[in-house]
Amino acid sequence: MMRAFFRVAWIVVKKDLTIEVRSLEILSTTIFFAVTVVLMFSFGLVVDGRPLNDVAAAILWVAIAFSGTLALGRTFERERHNDTLRALLLAPADRPALYVGKLAGILLLLALVELVLVPLVGLLFAAPIFVHGFHLVALLAGGTIGFTAVGTLFAAMLVRARSRDVLLPIMLYPMTVPVMIAGVRGTAALFQPTPDLAVAQFWIGLLGFFDVVFVTLALWTFDPVMTD
Amino acid sequence: MHSDFETLAVIDVARHYGRRKALSHVNFTCAAGDIIGLLGPNGAGKSTLLNILATLLAASRGRVEYGGRTAEQAGADIRGRIGMLGHDLFLYPELTARENLVFFAQLYGLSGAHARVQAALDRAGLGDRADDFMSGFSRGMRQRVALERALLHAPRLLLLDEPFTGLDQASTKALVDRLRECQQAGCIVVLATHDLDIVDGVLSRAVFLQNGRQVGEPGPGTALRERYRQAMTT
Repeated sequence: MMRAFFRVAWIVVKKDLTIEVRSLEILSTTIFFAVTVVLMFSFGLVVDGRPLNDVAAAILWVAIAFSGTLALGRTFERERHNDTLRALLLAPADRPALYVGKLAGILLLLALVELVLVPLVGLLFAAPIFVHGFHLVALLAGGTIGFTAVGTLFAAMLVRARSRDVLLPIMLYPMTVPVMIAGVRGTAALFQPTPDLAVAQFWIGLLGFFDVVFVTLALWTFDPVMTD
Repeated sequence: MHSDFETLAVIDVARHYGRRKALSHVNFTCAAGDIIGLLGPNGAGKSTLLNILATLLAASRGRVEYGGRTAEQAGADIRGRIGMLGHDLFLYPELTARENLVFFAQLYGLSGAHARVQAALDRAGLGDRADDFMSGFSRGMRQRVALERALLHAPRLLLLDEPFTGLDQASTKALVDRLRECQQAGCIVVLATHDLDIVDGVLSRAVFLQNGRQVGEPGPGTALRERYRQAMTT
């Protein structure tokens, strides 16, 4: 049962990656957008080579949220184009496995975006990204999973809605505010001159809790939401 | 096969979108080997009914029985006995014809996916274009691949939404021939179309819809276009 579930999820991920490797459409636009956001903020918020307090963490997460929204929209636009999402839903596979497949594909894309984004933020905002690398990776993973888990569900729900591009951020951002706060506060604790590991670990734990709640709710609601 | 069925019953099916009624009191039954036409003007509820039959949409009232069981009772496996070709073709333009079919074969958990896909592409007359991207195919070629995608798992129920749109005469004839093959293989075909002249003589039965309501079916014997005209004016 679980094997079949993950087999379906893997088939969906493989298909999405094959298409993305050929077109590089989502990856290139998302990275370009994220880099532009960080550069714009760096021009305004770094004075004499010194950034304002905690600004690096906030800008990192703003860039992740904006580029994540872009990636979510583009990924499901691809499924909308020839109504292929309906073809996926017609398959006798567990529908939550389709959700997991789409989620994993978007997470991989965002991981690649963050590989560019984090060193850039470190460079432009003098953020100590390597000092507590493991904690930073845990915060990024927890935040990205939470944000994308909700985003994948909403983007799939809205795929046939006419105002999907407007509705996705309107629905997504309020729901993911706790994830964003946890990400920013945890990252800010790591980027301080004297990193506060206890605070960072608290936010990592909270992100883990959010992830479990959001992924569970999304798996539970995906099938009924997509049927109607 | 446990999830297989030989009859399809649409029992008092209705579908509302808020206060708008897309379908009301639709009833018909069909059996293996039937080709049923859903005929009616735009907005009559044909696509809504196809989506309900495909289990993609829930009926607001009434039920659809696949061999005496509803989709909820039969579970996800019932979808493995249903094939659908929508107005959009459900294919990825960035993938080749072979990659598209292999993807869906794997998604359906079919054994020997590659051999099945090659056979399907040969049947569609596209064996030599198997590794070309879908984006380079003509509408007729895409339609042939899409039909083979819908038939890859040998479904009992085949649902087609405007399958003749944009096809030339040769492609239309090929599609009609393929439908007859499906009929002989015991498939229940339900198709929504405006191309009355093409399906006249192909359909086992027509279900006429107007404003979401089933309208009276005049007796057999006259041409389909005349029966359609009479049904729409009653």
